[in-house]
Amino acid sequence: MKKYAAFLWDCFRLSFVGDWRYHLWMTILTLVSLAGLNAYCHQLVHGLVATGMTDQVSWGLYIANFTYLVGLAAAAAMLVIPVYVYRNMHLHDVVIFGELLAVAVIVMCLLFVMVDLGRPDRFMHLLWRFNFPISMLTWDVIALNGYLLLNLHICGYLIYCAYCGRRPSPVFYVPFVFIAIVWAISIHTVTAFLYVGLGGRPFWNSAIIAPRFLASAFAAGPAFIILTLQIVRRFTRHRVADDALLALRRIVQVAMIINIFLLICEVFTEFYTDSAHVASAEYLYFGLRGRHGLVPWIWTAIGMNLVATLLLVLPASRGLRVLNLACILAIAAIWIEKGMGLIVPAFVPTPLGEIVEYHPTVHEIVVGAGIWAFGLLLYTIFVRVSVPVLAGELTYDKRVGESVPMGLAKE
Amino acid sequence: MGDSREQDSAAAAARNSAELTRRGFLSHGVVALAGTSAVAAALAPLADLNRDDIPTIAEFLQKHYKEMTAEDKQRVFARIAKAVESRYQVKTKLADPPPLDGVEFVYGLNLSRCIGCRKCVHACVEENNQSRAPEIQYIRVLEMQKGSIDVETSDHHYDPPLVPDSAKYYMPVQCHQCADPPCVKVCPVEATWQEPDGITVIDYDWCIGCRYCEAACPYWARRFNFAEPQIAPDQINPDIAYLSNRPRAKGVMEKCTYCLHRTRVGRMPACLEVCPTGSRKFGNVLDPESEVAYILRHKRVYVFKEDVGTIPRFFYYFDERGSRYSEPIAPADTGGSG
Repeated sequence: MKKYAAFLWDCFRLSFVGDWRYHLWMTILTLVSLAGLNAYCHQLVHGLVATGMTDQVSWGLYIANFTYLVGLAAAAAMLVIPVYVYRNMHLHDVVIFGELLAVAVIVMCLLFVMVDLGRPDRFMHLLWRFNFPISMLTWDVIALNGYLLLNLHICGYLIYCAYCGRRPSPVFYVPFVFIAIVWAISIHTVTAFLYVGLGGRPFWNSAIIAPRFLASAFAAGPAFIILTLQIVRRFTRHRVADDALLALRRIVQVAMIINIFLLICEVFTEFYTDSAHVASAEYLYFGLRGRHGLVPWIWTAIGMNLVATLLLVLPASRGLRVLNLACILAIAAIWIEKGMGLIVPAFVPTPLGEIVEYHPTVHEIVVGAGIWAFGLLLYTIFVRVSVPVLAGELTYDKRVGESVPMGLAKE
Repeated sequence: MGDSREQDSAAAAARNSAELTRRGFLSHGVVALAGTSAVAAALAPLADLNRDDIPTIAEFLQKHYKEMTAEDKQRVFARIAKAVESRYQVKTKLADPPPLDGVEFVYGLNLSRCIGCRKCVHACVEENNQSRAPEIQYIRVLEMQKGSIDVETSDHHYDPPLVPDSAKYYMPVQCHQCADPPCVKVCPVEATWQEPDGITVIDYDWCIGCRYCEAACPYWARRFNFAEPQIAPDQINPDIAYLSNRPRAKGVMEKCTYCLHRTRVGRMPACLEVCPTGSRKFGNVLDPESEVAYILRHKRVYVFKEDVGTIPRFFYYFDERGSRYSEPIAPADTGGSG
């Protein structure tokens, strides 16, 4: 117990140690998080009227980001599966960064749901009367929190073992790794079912939404991790082999192709049939009755998706520059596709045929930015702490007599 | 030689660390101060928080409507009535009329008669203590194109000097009190449910404001209190009930309850009473003598969005009088080909 307290204390202290770039980065993230907190306090006082949401478009930026981030969290599985199922050891050393990302991202997901609630003070009602298994939202609560706990356990256990200088016992984490793989698929499937199960929203009421979610998540997630690993490699002493990045490239490549294929399936079904159900899709892709709010967004996303996919299938993306460009394009494209492209159009037109467009307010955007900054802050701390601990540079034994932990590895 | 160098460096390290501690102490202090003030600045808007918005312990511990005992209800209802009295300076008593045995309420609306005057919309707002600013309305009247029943081509914001426009017809939409309500299914905390008399209600004190029900409703019948509801004290209807028209708080859902505080004690919904054309019919479908039962047996009935399968307790119907099919016509000669 004392050892564990020492571990937590060392982690806490270590998160403050670094060179000026680290401090600058952390300060910026903290300030943006606080700006978000400030905007949220304003929202608490005045109500959700501080956002651009209306009775017509009752979910917006918050739920869109939530949906995107669930996918990002699920993508940790894409690192774990090759290592533990297919014994592809290229990725072995980077698995932990995927799982830490999952932890940070799930925290962001939970925050995005919290800020979307009209009565966060009644959050406890979820515990007293839980409409399980009827409400898909309760499934999502279980899926997300379960996934958070699983990944916290796996990462925490591995890092703590390294701190204690002992070999992790597979019994305590390998079973959880396998559970987490299935769970990762489930969090995104359940989140898709939130929307898919609503008969009154034809835009969502399509069986292809869940597979599309998974495909886009398994593209955006590993793409994000490719970028993260290069940052880790650049700023810490942790070795990340190019082979690992290229293994991830494969995953992004395949996922992007599947994603575009599913998009084509969806667009074909909607527009070739051309039934009354096409209204939302028409609004999204071409505009409806003179309203075009989402049209530039979705075509930007489609363009970026196509360019990213093209780059990824070309051999040129074995070079890191091209690969990074493709990853950034894929991440941005999928963010637009999931947010502007999936959540908002389902509300336009309303079930009664009214068209009200959605424009997020500054407050709403600042709250969202704050949550993103907070998530990045958490993730930076996780990486900052786990790299030296896993490398055996900071252990409980070394701690005795040496109270100042080492600085950032590059110094 | 080696020894002395080691000693030197050790001494330097000691000096350094002493300096570091001193400097560290100062800089830590500055950082901590800056951090605390930044957090305080971030939290500053909370100073404007309305006292009434902070839940009291009694409010925080209040049970779900269905879990409250008779004593709990008495205590809670008295507290709510008192809060309403002090906020709006009206004398009131919070009622909780129970559903009646053998009653299932159904609403019929005559599309041949409705003239689109929107009197129902405003009577509803006054009856049910909806927020006036921003105004929340449970009934949306659609101005429909003749020759189509597609709401996509309807006008929600028609504003002619006189109604009806003879080139149009009108279709008011409100909560359909579905027998298989998707809004109830999706609620994560069971804050909304269907009563035995078919009315779907909301416990406004249990709703967490996630708006999942609003996304689920195929009739766009649910409304959210995005802002603090504003009602002038002289506009408050003091005849209130827990599950229907008591004033709501910011951040919760609300919807039409077929005016259960009236209909469960033998009165008609406010929207029906105010209708100048008699387009609205309401009653107990289980009673074969009721008007709604008669209409369902004898009239041409249209169920809006029947395909979504929610089995509404609200239907539209047409008068045969004036229809071009009202005169009997000879059946077409089938010629014995089949």
